[in-house]
Amino acid sequence: MSLRVIKPGLLTSIQDLGRKGFKQHGVIVSGAMDAHSLRIANMLVGNEEGEAALEITLMGPTIKVEKNCLISITGGNLSPTLDNKVVPMWKPILVKNGSILRFEGCKSGCRAYLTVAGGFAIPEIMESKSTYLRAGIGGYMGRALKAGDVLEFNEPSKNLDDRTFFKGSFSFPKWFVNEKEFMPGGKPHIRFIDGSQYEYFTDSSKDSFVERLFKVSNQSDRMGYRISGPALKLKDNGELLSEAVTNGSVQVPPDGNPIILLSDSQTTGGYPKIAQVITADLPIIAQVKPGESIQFLRVNLKEAERLFLQKERQLNELKVSISLALKKWLDI
Amino acid sequence: MPEKLLKKTACTLSPLGDSAIVITFGNGMEYSVHKKIKLLKDLLEDEPFAGFIECVPAYTNLTVFYDPLVIYKEQNKSNGNETTSPFEMVRSILEMKLQDLKEDKKLIHRTVTIPVCYGNEYGPDLEYVARYNDLTTDEVIHIHSIGEYLAYMIGFAPGFPFLGGLSENIATPRRSSPRMTIPAGAVGIAGMQTGVYPISTPGGWQLIGQTPTKLFLPNVNPPSLLQAGDIVKFHPITDQEYKEMILKEGVQ
Repeated sequence: MSLRVIKPGLLTSIQDLGRKGFKQHGVIVSGAMDAHSLRIANMLVGNEEGEAALEITLMGPTIKVEKNCLISITGGNLSPTLDNKVVPMWKPILVKNGSILRFEGCKSGCRAYLTVAGGFAIPEIMESKSTYLRAGIGGYMGRALKAGDVLEFNEPSKNLDDRTFFKGSFSFPKWFVNEKEFMPGGKPHIRFIDGSQYEYFTDSSKDSFVERLFKVSNQSDRMGYRISGPALKLKDNGELLSEAVTNGSVQVPPDGNPIILLSDSQTTGGYPKIAQVITADLPIIAQVKPGESIQFLRVNLKEAERLFLQKERQLNELKVSISLALKKWLDI
Repeated sequence: MPEKLLKKTACTLSPLGDSAIVITFGNGMEYSVHKKIKLLKDLLEDEPFAGFIECVPAYTNLTVFYDPLVIYKEQNKSNGNETTSPFEMVRSILEMKLQDLKEDKKLIHRTVTIPVCYGNEYGPDLEYVARYNDLTTDEVIHIHSIGEYLAYMIGFAPGFPFLGGLSENIATPRRSSPRMTIPAGAVGIAGMQTGVYPISTPGGWQLIGQTPTKLFLPNVNPPSLLQAGDIVKFHPITDQEYKEMILKEGVQ
């Protein structure tokens, strides 16, 4: 029961919802950049929401399916195909043993998530299967996937051996998750609340932060996005002692170009933080490619909490309806 | 931003996004501040509230991470009517905990001794540090290894301690051009700080020695040899001892 990696793609790694509770030891959280897409991809194959998936970046891998399985692909559209036929995303897909899964190129977004029913058979380290690339631990041998890797997966709760595939190498139901609610098109709007050192910045810097666009630079990865726009300046150049930072903290180093810290961010930092991206909008950043621009929108904490809870309610409703639809479809 | 000064223990509480709250006790590297941070951390870990994830100590503050969804559900369970924000809820829990903080309590510090092979290929910048401070390399080793250092926090890399208490006599600025890779176990100096690199990373510290001791232990709980609040001492060892210890520790 496995997926065999023929070509690894640009950066494909095993990620779940990350390691929680180890930041005090300097251990980063890791985990999916777009946690919503990961959770939905798991719901679509009947897994626990936080099961590990393949996080696929821009140029996807080529994978040989070595047993009948139920998969799902969500997140950015990297043009997945199975035996050269387009595979729909945001749906459960039954795949025949021997099929070849490819990604033909990035159409929209930046990161796709591939889940398999049963989950990947990978040991947890510090309560998570996520790959911690820099420390070389977790995931598949602590690294991004390479050609020749064989990813075993666990027995799914439903036996899929006797499935017949009338045409081609895969089948899927008519229904799908409306991706528009999770992958808004157009110019990305990123909402934030004031960062811990917001008041340290000059008024004109605070104004330009929301009025101007910021371009995501090529030096952007899972650790953080470096963005450029009008240089942000401090009122006084005081020293700040290192303190905890978190996913979404927007730090401003002395050169004035902000860094949005993301899944693989260090646990502590000493640069002043102008902003903190709201949790509900972190998945939106994860789908922005280098070279694209983002617009920041200032909200207050109450609004951030309301948006967070609203998203969670939406995901919970989705989970209930997917679970019913999936059961019905698999029993046919 | 909602900030409030508490009467009993002087501190401020402010949000770090929608899932964490920062409790700040001072504005400099001071033992009295560290003590309050450590006391609150112990209190929270001994009796964690529902939705508590963890707390991360730093020089002047403690950041408490929580799950706003759990907090929200808890509060709806208990009062059912008026819902306040998860942040407000956590803040009131913390305010109550702060009332219980026994500031006169003495901290108990664990002492951890880290063996270091100083100089030569183990510490390529030892001679520079000596020259910079007008000392011999032996004097630098002596000063560094008689010091007692307080681990204020762990961060930057897994298991990396931020140590306070370096003698001014061996303080040395960072290298003008950082190294692309620093080996795991490297002991360095940067300004008034000293520390040990638990994993190989790029870095600009002046490297004076190398320890065979592993600071990051991914398969052990806790995964960091050092914890905030530990007293760290460095013990000089010979090249021979270093090699023997490496064999015993396994491949570094």
